[in-house]
Amino acid sequence: MSTRLATGGRLVNKARAMEFTFNGKRLRGFEGDTLASALLANDQMLVGRSFKYHRPRGIVASGAEEPNALVNMGREETFEPNQRATTTELFDGLRATSQNHFPSLEFDVGAINSKLARFLPAGFYYKMFIHPRPLWKHVYEPFIRKSAGLGKAPRDRDQDKYEHLYAFYDVVVIGGGIAGLLAAKAAGEAGVKVLLMEQTAHWGGRALVDTGTVNQMPVDKFVDETVSTLADMPNVTMRLRMMGAGVYDHGYLLGYERVSDHSPSKNTPRHRLWRIRAKQIVTATGAIERPLSFAGNDIPGVMLASAVRDYVANYGVSIGDRTVVVTNNDDAYQTAIAMKNAGLDVPLIVDARANGGGALAQEARDMGIRVENGKGISKVKGGKRVTGVAICSQAGEGMPLEEVACDVVAMSGGWSPVVHLWSHCGGKLIWDEAQAMFRPDPEKAPTGAQGEGFVSVAGSANGAMDLADIVSDAVSAGRAAAKETGGKPKTTKAPEASSPKMAAMEPIWLMPQGANIKLRSKSWLDYQNDVKVSDVQLAAREGFESVEHAKRYTTLGMATDQGKLSNINGLAILSDALNQPIPQTGTTTFRPPYTPISMAAIAGEARGPIFQPLRRTPMHDWHEENGAYWEPVGQWRRPYCFRKTPGEDIETAVKREINQTRSSLGLLDASTLGKLIVKGPDAGKFLDMLYTNMMSTLKPGRCRYGLMCNENGFLTDDGVVARIDEDTFLCHTTTGGADSIHAHMEDWLQCEWWDWKVYVANVTEQYAQVAVVGPNARKTLEKLTKDDLSAEAIPFMAWQDIQFGDINARVYRISFSGELSYEIAVPASQGRAFWDQLLEAGAEFGVMPYGTEALHVMRAEKGFIMIGDETDGTVIPQDLGLDWAISKKKEDYLGKRAQTRSHMSDSNRWKLVGLETVDGSVLPDGAYCTAEGTNENGQRNVQGRVTSTYYSPTLDRGIAMGLIKHGPDRMGEVLEFPKTDGTVIKAKIVNPVFYDSEGEKQNV
Amino acid sequence: MLILECPCCGVTGEETEFAGGGEAHLKRFGPGSSDDEFHTYLFAKENPKGVHFERWRHANGCGKWFLAARNTMTLEVYGTYSAQTYEPPQDIKDKISAKVPGWSWREFS
Repeated sequence: MSTRLATGGRLVNKARAMEFTFNGKRLRGFEGDTLASALLANDQMLVGRSFKYHRPRGIVASGAEEPNALVNMGREETFEPNQRATTTELFDGLRATSQNHFPSLEFDVGAINSKLARFLPAGFYYKMFIHPRPLWKHVYEPFIRKSAGLGKAPRDRDQDKYEHLYAFYDVVVIGGGIAGLLAAKAAGEAGVKVLLMEQTAHWGGRALVDTGTVNQMPVDKFVDETVSTLADMPNVTMRLRMMGAGVYDHGYLLGYERVSDHSPSKNTPRHRLWRIRAKQIVTATGAIERPLSFAGNDIPGVMLASAVRDYVANYGVSIGDRTVVVTNNDDAYQTAIAMKNAGLDVPLIVDARANGGGALAQEARDMGIRVENGKGISKVKGGKRVTGVAICSQAGEGMPLEEVACDVVAMSGGWSPVVHLWSHCGGKLIWDEAQAMFRPDPEKAPTGAQGEGFVSVAGSANGAMDLADIVSDAVSAGRAAAKETGGKPKTTKAPEASSPKMAAMEPIWLMPQGANIKLRSKSWLDYQNDVKVSDVQLAAREGFESVEHAKRYTTLGMATDQGKLSNINGLAILSDALNQPIPQTGTTTFRPPYTPISMAAIAGEARGPIFQPLRRTPMHDWHEENGAYWEPVGQWRRPYCFRKTPGEDIETAVKREINQTRSSLGLLDASTLGKLIVKGPDAGKFLDMLYTNMMSTLKPGRCRYGLMCNENGFLTDDGVVARIDEDTFLCHTTTGGADSIHAHMEDWLQCEWWDWKVYVANVTEQYAQVAVVGPNARKTLEKLTKDDLSAEAIPFMAWQDIQFGDINARVYRISFSGELSYEIAVPASQGRAFWDQLLEAGAEFGVMPYGTEALHVMRAEKGFIMIGDETDGTVIPQDLGLDWAISKKKEDYLGKRAQTRSHMSDSNRWKLVGLETVDGSVLPDGAYCTAEGTNENGQRNVQGRVTSTYYSPTLDRGIAMGLIKHGPDRMGEVLEFPKTDGTVIKAKIVNPVFYDSEGEKQNV
Repeated sequence: MLILECPCCGVTGEETEFAGGGEAHLKRFGPGSSDDEFHTYLFAKENPKGVHFERWRHANGCGKWFLAARNTMTLEVYGTYSAQTYEPPQDIKDKISAKVPGWSWREFS
């Protein structure tokens, strides 16, 4: 069993006990524990079930590479799934539960999959669920969705705080092990601005657990000294619990700081995302130990040799009483020695190398440990816990020579440099034959804005495995990075380090090398996604030869750990199956983040009301206070309607607003409409190019409705243009189009017609605009001014400057409702005052502010199109019967050439008509009009669709507009529109102008 | 997240401050052009692995359009220059030639 030892535990403070629960069981750990070490101290080896076969799984590693120990943390609003126990620091009151099992961790019915494993090989899903086709949607997919995935998505809103921080540094060093510390010190001494980050809570990294000295000092003392030197350097910033998450273009770097995961508090953000620009990045990210592939290597109790050593040295936790070490290198001998020194039993070291190890092997032997060279593990015995191992010859096929009882297997298949951050932005790798590892190719670094390499590597991340090499590599990397950014590095000698001389490792990709299929089917590569040696071999046999294909076919490396333990072993097996060298197989792509980061950290402060800034019209507060039922329109919020009482239903409110506007007086806050001033001697010529109709002939004082298309010919915006004077036009755009049309104009002016004398200014927010609408509109306004507002003074489609008391206004006689209407622009600062005056003056007429829905219904009653309803980016003005607004005289306008392309001028295009339901009901929006027959996919043919549909209070019936094939030629024809419930609505093709088709009401 | 310098206002900013606008040095074809010419103008865009010329707008800044010569593989930016020009400036072409001998892009080299 695993337990806490009486002595040892460099990182834990045994004076401070902490209570936590796992699956409801109350357990005790110490300050400084990780959840993993605390669980192990309580003999909780079993922590989860695997993804596919639901096999019992225990903790394998001691750091970020852990594939198995994923737990649910917290509950309700602090609930978070898939947290790695090995990187979760213990705190008082921590609650964790295991995941991916039913009904319990100890007894899981899904484990039946393990018995069926023979029938569930790689690609099983693809082969099994393809036939019969219809079963996929209704049977297979729901079942797979239910059984797939690790953990459950949280249900409650996250209550914690998160933030972003922007930072700029000359040199950023990622990794606070001995290499990172020395690189940061070397850069700091050169006088440049340095950031040093370490993902764990401690400086020093692995060197503290390993054997060695620096400057004749024990490593821990040297680390302490270096940390305090760095802390005293004003140009160096140091951060623990901060991971380098990703390296991006031009030195952009994301740092993920877990500010208060280890001591939850309402006063601090939980995570902080650092958005860093670094001139140079040094990745001192260390290396990760590789597992060995032998049968039963996933049984709880089989762990990485370095992790077994970490738990003893750092946390004073022994994984078990009898540890068998299995290795292909000398490093793992340190684990055997550490166990022995802790008073634990090491019955055997299995060294797969025929010639065995070097100095450390001798030391182990001298301590009385039995070492067997050229041997391997044939099979691990045990179910939920290791009980022993069968030993065989590595060169053979797995015939057991003897069985050794043990409760821990400490394995080491060599080390893989953590090259993720180097690779994120394009750094290339080379295969180091001697150490059987991919390491960064210094000739092919990621390049920055000037074409310079901006990432370098230090220490074991660079493939340096010997302490002395690590130290000198780190110092020179730090100096080089500083020099690159203008620093003056010291030239003093680097510290001198010494550590036991290691004998060469020997790549062992399968144990034993001739393992039969039975053994290979139990030799795990990817623990989290349940991928075995036999699966990768099957993929190769079935033709998935590219490493990227094999990855997707088997799911190797696709789990949340992204194959930190499995990738190299997997591609070695693939290379062997394809009979090609490993570098020819290559690696899959490394993508950020290095380990998963919280979604909330990515969002930062941008949530709730500040997710997107809200644009407010000058009348916004009045709307808010008067029952506005809001609708988002672009970044604005516009009232959809106003509720008289909080209980009034929406339909009633809309109906009331329309009826009152049509019969007496309505007010619309139209401030959100885009207002662009186009000015200059060439303004008319420019607008002739932008609008489909002729604008240069417009007289000052008059208004004209215009359409804008893009170069593809599609209608993109519409609005009324007013000519202010000879050189000046004011162009109204849709609410959503204000910024994009402004940009569109600037684009053409700056990039195509840059010699034309025109300026454009977006004055949308400079003016508040109110539409005063209805038969009593003139009477109301006349109460507020002495100026002449008669039809003779300001006829329909004219504008004039009018003084309303002390408010200078510009009054446009334009109408989007079909009623007598004045759209009045006043300076934004006077918008609210003007609105209040209108309410007062209109009181005697029962003035009725109305919202966007009433606006929509009234324009539909008049057959006016709406950008975004009648248009969807594939509609040209000709489709909408707007030929009258397309100039035939102009040689050119944007979209003109495109509108002559064969498909655009095809007489079979769907065209705009009105639709009147036979029974008076309302057509569903977007409903298709069916035609006879079916298409090649067996779907019903269609001949049109509904673009706008409303209940019209004015006509007391459903009205709609739609695009119908040959529509205008089919007046009176009754068409069928199926609804989603299977019933069909019949509608007659009519003129789209349902109300006042002569325009008598607006032109008075 | 590229870093670009706006040649109009001189600000060096990161990509979020700018908006990409596709290929630079387009020649517009309007009424009277053939179907092939018009199709090529609208749809046949360069998408090279290497030297490329692009339109950018300093959208969250001075609002001006400019052109950029950069390398889509190495992410190196050779230079940014005025949008009011028919071809890349000689000094930028020279800079590219020094880094990528024998480069060509449409009619430029």
